[in-house]
Formats: sequence, structure tokens, C-alpha cells
Amino acid sequence: MNDFIKKLQAIVGEAFVSAEPEERYLYSMDQGTMPPAAPDAVAMPETADQVAQIVRLANAHKVPLVPMGGGLVLSGLTRALKGGVIVDMKRMDRIIEVNPVSRYAVVEAGVTQGVLKAYLSKHHPGLKHSMPDAPPAATIAGNVCIHGSGHLSVLGGFHSDMLTGLEAVLPTGEIVRTGSCSVSPQWFSRAPLPDLSGLFLGWSGTTGIITKLGIRLFPNYRYNDVLIYVSETADLMPEIISRFTGVQVAEDMTPWMTPKPDWARGFFHINVAFGAHSKKELIFKRNLLQESVRSITDTGAAGFLPIPPVQKSRFMEIPSPDLARFADARKGGGFEYVGAIMAVERFAEAYRRGTEIAEKHHTTYSLGARIIGAGHAMMFFFAYAFNRADAEDVGRAAEALEETNRACLEMGGIPWKAEAPAQKEILKRMDPNTVSFMNRLRDTLDPNRIMNPGNWEV
Amino acid sequence: MEHQEILHRCFRCGYCKFPSNYTDINCPAYLAHRFETFSPGGRMWLLSAWLNNRIGVSQRLGRIMFSCTGCGNCVEHCAMPGFKDQILLAFTAGRDAILESGTVPGPVRDYLTRVQNAGNPYGQSGKKRADWRTGTDAADYSGQEYLFFAGDVGAYDSRGQEIARTAAALLAKAGVDFGVLTDGECSDGNDVAMAGEKALFEELAGKNIKVFIERGVKKIITLSPHSFHAFKNLYPALGGQFQVFHYTQMLAFLLGRLSFKTPVEKTRVTFHDPCFLGRHNADYQSPRTMLAFTPGIELVEMDRNRKNALCCGGGGGNLFTDMISGGDDSPARARCREAAAAGATVLAVACPACAVMLGDAVKTEGLENRLQVREVSELVVERVA
Repeated sequence: MNDFIKKLQAIVGEAFVSAEPEERYLYSMDQGTMPPAAPDAVAMPETADQVAQIVRLANAHKVPLVPMGGGLVLSGLTRALKGGVIVDMKRMDRIIEVNPVSRYAVVEAGVTQGVLKAYLSKHHPGLKHSMPDAPPAATIAGNVCIHGSGHLSVLGGFHSDMLTGLEAVLPTGEIVRTGSCSVSPQWFSRAPLPDLSGLFLGWSGTTGIITKLGIRLFPNYRYNDVLIYVSETADLMPEIISRFTGVQVAEDMTPWMTPKPDWARGFFHINVAFGAHSKKELIFKRNLLQESVRSITDTGAAGFLPIPPVQKSRFMEIPSPDLARFADARKGGGFEYVGAIMAVERFAEAYRRGTEIAEKHHTTYSLGARIIGAGHAMMFFFAYAFNRADAEDVGRAAEALEETNRACLEMGGIPWKAEAPAQKEILKRMDPNTVSFMNRLRDTLDPNRIMNPGNWEV
Repeated sequence: MEHQEILHRCFRCGYCKFPSNYTDINCPAYLAHRFETFSPGGRMWLLSAWLNNRIGVSQRLGRIMFSCTGCGNCVEHCAMPGFKDQILLAFTAGRDAILESGTVPGPVRDYLTRVQNAGNPYGQSGKKRADWRTGTDAADYSGQEYLFFAGDVGAYDSRGQEIARTAAALLAKAGVDFGVLTDGECSDGNDVAMAGEKALFEELAGKNIKVFIERGVKKIITLSPHSFHAFKNLYPALGGQFQVFHYTQMLAFLLGRLSFKTPVEKTRVTFHDPCFLGRHNADYQSPRTMLAFTPGIELVEMDRNRKNALCCGGGGGNLFTDMISGGDDSPARARCREAAAAGATVLAVACPACAVMLGDAVKTEGLENRLQVREVSELVVERVA
């Protein structure tokens, strides 16, 4: 390994390779409940060419590589399950292009959500990208890779749907491009070509390392508002979601159910965020949304929650630190969640199963969802806080998560950014021909199986 | 270890790495090194791991811990209201524990030894402490209203001495009644305290407090924001109760007493907030008031300013220990690039340590022909009629 480390240092520079115990410890885990798995080293490349050299070197030495963005996935996908090198991509942090007319941005894989937001705000105030609820240190590439979603997901779907093309280093070291950028100097679209981008989406870094990507941008409205609609029953929620999405003016819709504060317990809230270029347009959109659920509102079973203007800004804060603060709910710095990608009509069932599991395991919980597209799916999350310093508490949360993953699959949903054990559960239920196809693809792309081994393995 | 109970509560969400608008990385050590270990969250988890015997103490751990400049960006931007105020205190306690372990990076050990032996980080004689005033009219302290305290950099560094002379001259022009101690005083100890060497800090502070009290000092004007912070916030707990002002706080109210030349043209100046005047003491305005009052200066702001300012990388003893190291992304070099990008031709500072750090960085960046690092009093005094 010493020889390998020296060669790694020759590629990226001595200062950006570490095999010291401090880096090996910190990069052995993320913030979630998965047990640590230490890498042999951590390397931080600065260019795609350096990434390609690292991959070729790893192939020659049959050393595993684990690509890492912000390291905020929570489900342990960037742990070195079979040792090797974690390739921390955050030095590749250049914003390469913003096309304000075709509304896309091209960024390197280490660009964070926060930095792109700041850049657009300064240089292109009329544009924005879809921010996940993750902290600003999360990377654009990492979130696209895991099929993340965010504040424009009703408008634009999953963040992987907003991908317009990418550059990646294959497990054998070749640099490839997918989408329009493979033919044209512009990164406007994945269509109409054979869609090779999918080979890198949802694969948890087992098929290559993304080095650049193009993403869609959207109008950044001057006027913004949020409505909060509250229902007394979970059974009404699919209908409410269907009606709100039906008028096609919302940018983001996020149902939430939480036992704390007390006033919120037992109610089903849904935040509907929308924006407009003018006050008149904003009022028009608000009226459309209010009218869409009028027949439900008139029954008295649900209604809009009055929000003083001063409080609205909190609901429109992007990114909101509230999610990170949930980690301190037990004064213990930890939380993890199952994000179940599932059909909207399973909302009530998901809520009931979630509360049953949380109460059974005595965990501090929060439930909610993000609506994807015009109600085409939802990411229903079951979040459990834990005290990192209390092994029993961590164990309780881990058990609750495991049970929730199973429940999610039983309900016909699919755990999002699944932990390695949950990946195995998914593969058990997957069509055998699909599993075989995945394996053949991996054998072809990665004959030495160096890319994030231990993930998506039968 | 004090504050150990908060270490595991850090989620490592990373808000602490950024300014409030996320423009760029704003933690100096993390910016330079880029490994997660050098981020505030990384330090929290590593300290916790060390105290729970999951990792051992090492030179690397020492470098990670002592590269923190104590700039306070993490405290300012941490998303966790339950413990954010204790983050820097925990880091200081962690450094104290590492010092007690005896495994200390060489430059840190040498720095502390020099302060221990000589009373200043330059290892020079205390008798030379007032040599900076050679050629000025600054008088010995003999009961004047204010004591002017030049601090270590102002007393011993050649660039710092220039700044001390200019600031003292400007105070004199503004009619401030002050004197300078010629013996007895030593390092303010601020950066020693930040480095976790509590006992040495208390020794230094004790000496200063004793001499100040013996000489009847009631009010102090400091050249350095580091001295200002120590006297204002750390000395009272040790019995040192003084009225303390940074020199910009005095002059912000007194420039009206001066007459200025009529400017031929305007100079575009951007101001670099010093951490120990800004984030630690919430005074972002005094230096800006001086600049705004002075004819011929057009103040432009960098993206990161006031509570979002990027530290120059010199705090916590790093001016002397250089645990951050150089490199393209050293905070001082990044700051100079940011100043040039803001369209400024002058990067104004209000701290002699910042002047030294940024002055060196301008040269390394090859920006000498486009950007000058000037201290606020220098910009003012050359425009006084």
C-alpha cells in the first residue's frame, strides 16, 4: 500500500492524499447509523484527468475506490466497505458555465449546493437551481447521483430528471460524456441520444466517477409565497395533493407531520411554495391553489393555516437549517431517515406504519414527504433522531430504520439511497432478469470490481 | 476536558464551513487543507474520538487542532443554537488537552516557548517593546488619560512598527492624550489563550494587569484587535478591569477634529474585517466610519464582509506557527484574490497581524501592481492636511 500511496501522491500532490489515522477515522462513517468501515487512504483530485489517473492506478493495483461528494448521504454509501481509497471530489469545485437563455449550468462534481446558489444569486439573479433540504455543503453531483429531490421538484421532478448530461470516468479509466455535450459544445439536454447518463444514476458510485454535470436552471421569481394547508385525516392527503398539483403552479409541495410541537401533533400539514414575476401573477396563482381545494375546504375537514408574514420567511428559507437541527432533538448529533419513493396514494398507510414503528422503538421521529412532479410520486420520509454517544439509542434508531425499509418495500415503495443491507432487500424483490442485467453491466464496466464494492451486490 | 459534552452533538452538517450566503468556504483551515478533518465538525468528531480512545494523539491531530485560527466563523454560522457558543471553547480546551499530552507540533511548541521565555512570540527582549516609537513624539506613560498598547506585532515586526507609529501619530493629531509603557508590559496573551495554553495566558495577563494597576492605567487604546479582545473580554475574570478601545473606535469619533487635503481622485478601497474586532466583538463599523469620513476614498465591499469576513489565517498563533501552511488556497491568498475581484486597489486592514499576513500574500499572488495592503490609519494620515 505504501507504494500505491506514493503513486497517488504523485498524481494529486502530497498535501491532498492522507493515509493518517485521523482521515481514515473520519472518512470511515457518515452521520447515520451504519457501522464504520475505514478506507486505507483519502485522495482529493483537482481535475478529471487526475481522477482518470487514480482509476487506472487503482485498477492496476486492484484497490477499491469510493467516490464522495459532500459526504452527507446519511446511509453510509461513501464508506469503504472493502477498504481502498475514498476519492473526495470537493476540490473539483469550478462552476464552468451558466447558460441563461437555455437555462442550464455546467459544474464540476465538487461544487456544493450553497456555492452554486450564491453564484447564481450574484451573477444570474433571475435564475435558480433546485436545492435539496440537505445542508449547503452537499454537492450538486452527489445529490443528482442519488436521485435527490428539492425545492423545485414539483416543477422539475427528481434532480436526476434535471440532469442535462455528464462527464464521468469509467472504472477502467476512460473519460466519457453523455447527453448533448457528447456531440455538441452545449450541455442542454440528454435527448435525443441513447441515454447513457442512467448508467451513473442511482448506482451509488459502482459504475464510475462523475466529474462534471449539466443541470437545469429555473426562473428565480421576484415574489414568493407559501400556503400551508392542514387536514385532520391522512386519508384526504392524496386527494389534496392531486388537486394542488393539478393546477400546476406550485414549485414545491412538502407534507409534514410531527409530534412536536404539541399544536402540530395529529394534523397533516402541506406546504405549497410558489412564485411569480409580479404581485398580480402571485395573487392569481394563490387563487388557483385556493380554488383547487375549495370543495374540501368547504367541508371543514381541512383548511389553510393563517401564517403571519414574519413567520412565512422561515418556511421559505432555502436551505433551511431546521432539518440539521433535528439531529440535536436528543442532544446527540444524530438522525437518519428512510426516504421511501412511492406512489402518492400510499400516503395514509405510510403515515400509519411510520408512527407505529417510531412508537414501537421509542425513537424521536418526524414524518413528511416531498411531492415529485405533478403528483407522479413522493419521497415519504421517516426520520429518527438518536444520541450518537448512546450506543443503545443508536441501535434503536437503526432497528427502526431497518423495519421502515421493510415496511416501505411491503407498501410497494423503494427505499431511497438505500444502505447496503437495504440494497440487498431491494435486490431480493427485484425482477431476477433485472438483477442479472445489472450484474452483467457492472462486469462489463468494472471487470475488477473496484468501484465502491459492497454496494448493489447480490 | 471542558465542554467535552458537546462534541458528539455536532451533526457535521457543515453550515460552519460557509458564510451566511455560502459564497465560498469561510473556515480558514478547511479552505487550505480541504480534508473534512480540518473542518470544525471534523475537529469535534476527532476530539471526541481521541477522548474515547478511538484514535491516538499525534502530530497530525495537533496540526488539525492548532490550525484553527479562532476566527469564530463556525460559531457565527453553526446551525445548532443549543451549543454553538461553546464550539471555540471546546477547541481551546482540546488544544489544552493536547498540550498536556506532550504531543505538540514543533512550531506550536517553539512559539509557546518563546512567549514563555521572552514574554513575546518574537523571542526578543521586553526592553525593546517600545522601540517602535523611535522617531515619534509618543511619550512615556505617566498618568495620561490613555495607555497606548502596541501589542506584539506592533512592537516587534517591522511592518507592525510602521503601523504602530502611524496610528500613534494619528491619535496625537486628533488630540488624544496617551502614553506608552517602556517596561513591564508583555504579550497580551490572546493567541496563547486561543492556543489552549491557559496557564501561560494567566501568567502573561497577570503581569500586564499588575503593571497597569501599578502605573494607574484606567483606559487603554490597543493597536491590535487581539489585544483589544483579551483586555476587554479575558482580563476582567483575572482582575483586570479597564476601559478598552481599539484605536479605530477612538478615531471614528475624532476625525472631525482634523482637516483633510482636497482629493485629486478617489481610491477604491475594500476593508478586511479583523476577526477579533468584528465577529468576536461585533464592531464592523468603526474602521468603515474612518474610511467613509476620509476624502478621496471610495469604499467597496468584498462578497465576504462583516460577520461573513474570511479570516487572514493569522489568529490563534498561526501568524507564528503556520499550521495552516501556504498553498493556493491559503486564506490570506484567497482574501487578496477576493479583494482584487471586488475591484479594489487597496485592501485596508485594522490589525497589524492581518497587515503582515495579507501583505505577504499579495506578493505570493503576484498582485503587488494591482493591490496594496494598507492599514486604515495609514490611509487616513496621508490625506490629512
